[in-house]
Amino acid sequence: MQLDEDTLENTVLKIDVKIRNAEGLHMRPAMQFVDAATRFDSEITVSNGQTTVDGKSIMQMSMLAATFGTRLTINAQGSDAKDALEALRELVEVKKFDEPAPGQ
Amino acid sequence: MEIKKGIAVSPGISIAKAMVVDSEDYRIPRRTVTPSRRMIEIQRLRNAFKDAINELTGQDAFKDEMAQKNVKDIFAVHLRFLRDRSLRKKITDLIQNESVTAEYAVSTTLRDIASHFSKTNDTYISERAADIYDIERRLLKHLLGRTREKIDHLTDEVIIVARELSPIQTAGFNRDFVKGLATDAGGRTSHSAIVARSLGIPAVVALEDLTETVRGGDIVIVDGNRGIVIVNPDHETVTQYRDYSQEFLKLEHRLDGLREKPAVTRDGVRIKLLGNIEFPDEAEIVLEKGGDGIGLYRTEFLYLNSPTEPAEEDHYKAYAETVSVFKRRPVVIRTLDLGADKYTQSKRFAPEPNPFLGLRSIRFCLQNIEMFKIQLRAILRASVLGEVKVMFPLITNIQELMQAKMILRDVMEDLDDESIKYNRDMPIGIMVETPSAALTAASLARDVDFFSIGTNDLTQYTLAVDRGNELVSTLYSSVDPAVLRLIRTVIQDANKARVDLSVCGEMASDPENIMLLLGMGVRTLSLASPMLPEIKQIIRSVNIEECNTLARKVLTLNSERQISGYLRDAARKILPEAF
Repeated sequence: MQLDEDTLENTVLKIDVKIRNAEGLHMRPAMQFVDAATRFDSEITVSNGQTTVDGKSIMQMSMLAATFGTRLTINAQGSDAKDALEALRELVEVKKFDEPAPGQ
Repeated sequence: MEIKKGIAVSPGISIAKAMVVDSEDYRIPRRTVTPSRRMIEIQRLRNAFKDAINELTGQDAFKDEMAQKNVKDIFAVHLRFLRDRSLRKKITDLIQNESVTAEYAVSTTLRDIASHFSKTNDTYISERAADIYDIERRLLKHLLGRTREKIDHLTDEVIIVARELSPIQTAGFNRDFVKGLATDAGGRTSHSAIVARSLGIPAVVALEDLTETVRGGDIVIVDGNRGIVIVNPDHETVTQYRDYSQEFLKLEHRLDGLREKPAVTRDGVRIKLLGNIEFPDEAEIVLEKGGDGIGLYRTEFLYLNSPTEPAEEDHYKAYAETVSVFKRRPVVIRTLDLGADKYTQSKRFAPEPNPFLGLRSIRFCLQNIEMFKIQLRAILRASVLGEVKVMFPLITNIQELMQAKMILRDVMEDLDDESIKYNRDMPIGIMVETPSAALTAASLARDVDFFSIGTNDLTQYTLAVDRGNELVSTLYSSVDPAVLRLIRTVIQDANKARVDLSVCGEMASDPENIMLLLGMGVRTLSLASPMLPEIKQIIRSVNIEECNTLARKVLTLNSERQISGYLRDAARKILPEAF
């Protein structure tokens, strides 16, 4: 996690995550992601390298169509940016949206 | 001004504002609105989102703790989409920037998203397109549902423009305000056509892309005499049509004077004129137009209008209402004649490859005996209220007739056991509408009280022509020599066996065919009520001797073109102003 600016309000943080559940970011995981992101005040965007979308919009998140193994960059800007990124990373990489990994 | 040519299916002229009715089942055409209407469309969109969210959160499965997790997940996803601001903005922007209707904006936006999913290589994600279509349907349902409510509570005169109308859409039509119908699809026997004729409003169908040309509120002229629809006519055209419409009304009024007069030929032969109806409240119209009873009471609306199978009481109420209008005059109730439509297809596992040769009509009833018995019970119970007759459609052989009669006897026994009254001698008849029934009429006649020739299906099956198919529809003609020969056979066999005979197809409501039918020996005709006065006028203008001569001549002609030309000339001489 790298710190771009010092002032708390305008903190812009980003992390890279990898989709680890077998079926990828389909509707239900997209919904979980959006629900988690919406709990924070920070603006959250997600990028797959080609497009950047609003992390609080299920339409935009699901249209990323991120399959297993896809790398995503999550950006957060706002007072709770750090907590937001930590929560989202845990959801994607640790909890894996409560779904099985391939072969599991 | 734009002139569109279609098929005229119900006579008359109407000039009114268009009301465009879309349907969830069809692609929503791109239709623009005036810039000032954009705010209204955006408000309609907002309401649709609100209604869809309310519907979803109110749904039982959503609240039910026990509901399956995946069902709840699907609903939860739908809800997130409906609450997604960027989705709503995308649709609103489309309305704002391109001045299109809310229906079109919803449909296009969501279909774009769905196709984005379909294109991904991951099968799991590409299957999610189905969810997007569900969300589209949810929103459209609310947008269109409100239009439907509007149709049911009209306050201004309108002409309904649609791709095709379903029985549910037409059921709420108010005769005082719906002044005409114009549809993209359909033929003379389509649902829209039948409804228009029974309401006595002008209609033109098969206009192909009319719904893409017309915007709600445009002035539209429906010319149901010539099969023309004019969108945004210029001043001169409107004036012309007003005059023409006045003339037409005058003719109609003159014909109304015939109501009390009997349908007798100049040489004193009495012809029975009956009405074809679909809904119970049309019975009054038949009476108004001078009909002697009901020769064909279609009962399909009972099945098509309700989401569940009609109960015996639903049948009974409808039949009792109709019979009470006619008391001592005949009412011929035709048993369920469906097939190849949503209702019967929903009861099947797979759609039929060849529905018109498939499980339809009496065949469907004989395979769904419990359903069939419910209708027969109701008909028998109504039989004590007047002169009810029952008629089986699409009989193709004697076994089917015997089987249908056996089921009727079973139902009679059930009623006996329950001491419920019915008319034990209720006349039983069949539609003769297949070549096989026509060719075996002599033997079928031994087991029935009457025949009714259904010329629409008889023509279709004899000539192997689907008249809804514009590539071959010109081959369809009820006065084709092959069809006429079958009709002659049926009439002769009916006379020999002394069973009653009527003609209830479209053929009987075409003024040009009346002399021919009388000359061939037909004495009972059943037709759409708006045509009754005109046909009566023709009957009163001819004598049987000249009809006989005409029929003899026609039966020697070998081509359809010769016959229809000959009939047209003869009819023009009898009643010049009607042509």
